[in-house]
Amino acid sequence: MSGKTLYDKLWDSHLVRQDDGGTALLYIDRHLVHEVTSPQAFEGLRLAGRRPWRSQSILAVPDHNVPTTDRAAGISDPVSRVQVETLDLNCSEFDITEFTMTDLRQGIVHVIGPEQGATLPGMTVVCGDSHTSTHGAFGALAFGIGTSEVEHVLATQCLIQKKSGNMQIRVDGRLAPGVSAKDVVLAIIGRIGTAGGTGFALEFGGQVIRDLSMEGRMTVCNMAIEAGARAGMIAVDDTTIAYLEGRPYAPGGEHWDQAVSAWAELHSDADAGFDRVITLDAGSLAPQVSWGTSPEMVTAIDAVVPDPDAESDPVKREGMRNALAYMDLQPGMAITDIRPDHVFIGSCTNARIEDLRAAAAVIRGRRVAAGIKQALVVPGSGLVKQQAEAEGLDRVFTEAGFEWREPGCSMCLAMNADRLEAGDRCASTSNRNFEGRQGQGGRTHLVSPAMAAAAAVAGHFTDVRQAGDT
Amino acid sequence: MDKFTVISGIVTPLDRPNVDTDAIIPKQFLKSIHRTGFGPNLFDDWRYLDHGEPGKDNSRRPLNPDFVLNQSPYQDAVILLGRENFGCGSSREHAVWALLDYGFRVVIAPGFADIFFNNCFKNGVLPIVLDSVVVDRLFEAVAGSPGYTLRVDLPAQQITTPEQEIIGFEVDPFRKDCLIQGLDDIALTLQHADDIRRYEEARWLEVPWLFDK
Ligand code: SF4
Repeated sequence: MSGKTLYDKLWDSHLVRQDDGGTALLYIDRHLVHEVTSPQAFEGLRLAGRRPWRSQSILAVPDHNVPTTDRAAGISDPVSRVQVETLDLNCSEFDITEFTMTDLRQGIVHVIGPEQGATLPGMTVVCGDSHTSTHGAFGALAFGIGTSEVEHVLATQCLIQKKSGNMQIRVDGRLAPGVSAKDVVLAIIGRIGTAGGTGFALEFGGQVIRDLSMEGRMTVCNMAIEAGARAGMIAVDDTTIAYLEGRPYAPGGEHWDQAVSAWAELHSDADAGFDRVITLDAGSLAPQVSWGTSPEMVTAIDAVVPDPDAESDPVKREGMRNALAYMDLQPGMAITDIRPDHVFIGSCTNARIEDLRAAAAVIRGRRVAAGIKQALVVPGSGLVKQQAEAEGLDRVFTEAGFEWREPGCSMCLAMNADRLEAGDRCASTSNRNFEGRQGQGGRTHLVSPAMAAAAAVAGHFTDVRQAGDT
Repeated sequence: MDKFTVISGIVTPLDRPNVDTDAIIPKQFLKSIHRTGFGPNLFDDWRYLDHGEPGKDNSRRPLNPDFVLNQSPYQDAVILLGRENFGCGSSREHAVWALLDYGFRVVIAPGFADIFFNNCFKNGVLPIVLDSVVVDRLFEAVAGSPGYTLRVDLPAQQITTPEQEIIGFEVDPFRKDCLIQGLDDIALTLQHADDIRRYEEARWLEVPWLFDK
């Protein structure tokens, strides 16, 4: 009999019941909640006269709508304000822990969960948010759900699920300096496509993944959804355990020791079978830049914008043409000739302390180029911001001409006041380059924090591996 | 949830791959705390020539004549025909609420993103996966005769074309049952409340730290 994958183990240990036909009831350990996808779920709960099954399993935070400028002034957009206030009211009515907008611990839901140790190995973690895959970096089964499912988890602590397939993505080699977790995951998506992982739970492994910090691993798992997979995950190792020790929600005392020994099992067995295996050698991987309107439309910094005429699939060809028209790019143009006028360093993909350090290292002592209209740094949480300020990173950014903001989703999706205008072009450390994602008519190029910083300084995309020489 | 049995209606072709949920309902409309009222802003960026905001009177906004929903007879369509990876991106259920609010009850495509696919079933919308060759043929048929209709019979798992051709489709039996009966799956799950409690007790003994905070 072959062994189990990490996903098999996580699935089996959360099975409350299994019905014929493959439908299962899966127990949920941690439920993260934000203001955008929860109001209708709480309303449904109320209308049915139900209460949350286990309020203690829930951690709530407003992040999508919050202003990144002075919080003391409140939220000026009345519609956004109502949504955030609705979350506050729901949390107090149902006895749910919430880090409110003015709490130091407030931040992007996928940043604060791990930061607090509220995401633990072996857990099932859900949130009404597709980037919940981020938490899989801890050897957890974490995935995004819709609002009806949010209500279902609130009411029952369970979800009705069907098991996905097992897919392994092995990244071998060692990353060159200047090449980061973001480049790895963009390259994976470029390789397998945005539907490449649909129907699968992804497990990332290989030397490159093992060498990544927890923050880098979160960046990789964060974008599993951009490869079509609801869940991405990474086996537990010493890096995982070292990260968690002492965090506020992590187990303490005797429970810590028990937990650590149990977590040793959270990896795929050597003889586990995967339905699909992809291997990637990252030894020669160059920093990546997206050129289109889907995260799979990505290439290396030293490449050129691809030519739709060279694509044989007619649907893809048309998609590429639409994307190039929207992005206002010509086939054959060097990626290094693309000139962004906005730079956004933030989002649940890349707004943790290591991301800010990587960007600051490129910027230190330099200035934002003249052609850049706005350069924003939006830390992932209040605690990340505090840490960055303690290290003086805020001054590195502001002295270079960046704006240093309060934590939230900000220009990742532009639900608050931070957004691109039509025709603006942005070097962004976020995860989606869909049409209009950062503002209607706005053009997004996905890159790593170091690459965004290098573009800010140079005024065009440039290879951060050589940025020191310019 | 509205029950779903048999639905006939006009097919709207949306001929592009990777239609994401940001495109189906742009972010500014997610600020609503309700489940209804999203229909007028379905595909807002593609459908109107100006920028939409919640509260704006949509009836006075300039329409994009090139967008399929603004062309006759597609205003009254109930079936949406899409391409690969339909509904990718954000988990926002608002995307399904917008489709439903507009009047769509069926989406046909060669492939769907998982979360969107799930969300459809929770709201009485039937997502149907058909082979891309069949989808290609439907796109051609629709282009050849605008106003082309299909009849979708969920109990029989069959689509019937105007030429009386029958196309079978797959659907998960549990989800099919929920759709046909319009079942509330929370009530269904709560029938197993004892199982959930038993699971919790066993789990608490095994991994007590998960119940600390
Ligand atoms: S930062 Fe962006 S991707 Fe992440 S949760 Fe916020 S809006 Fe979603």
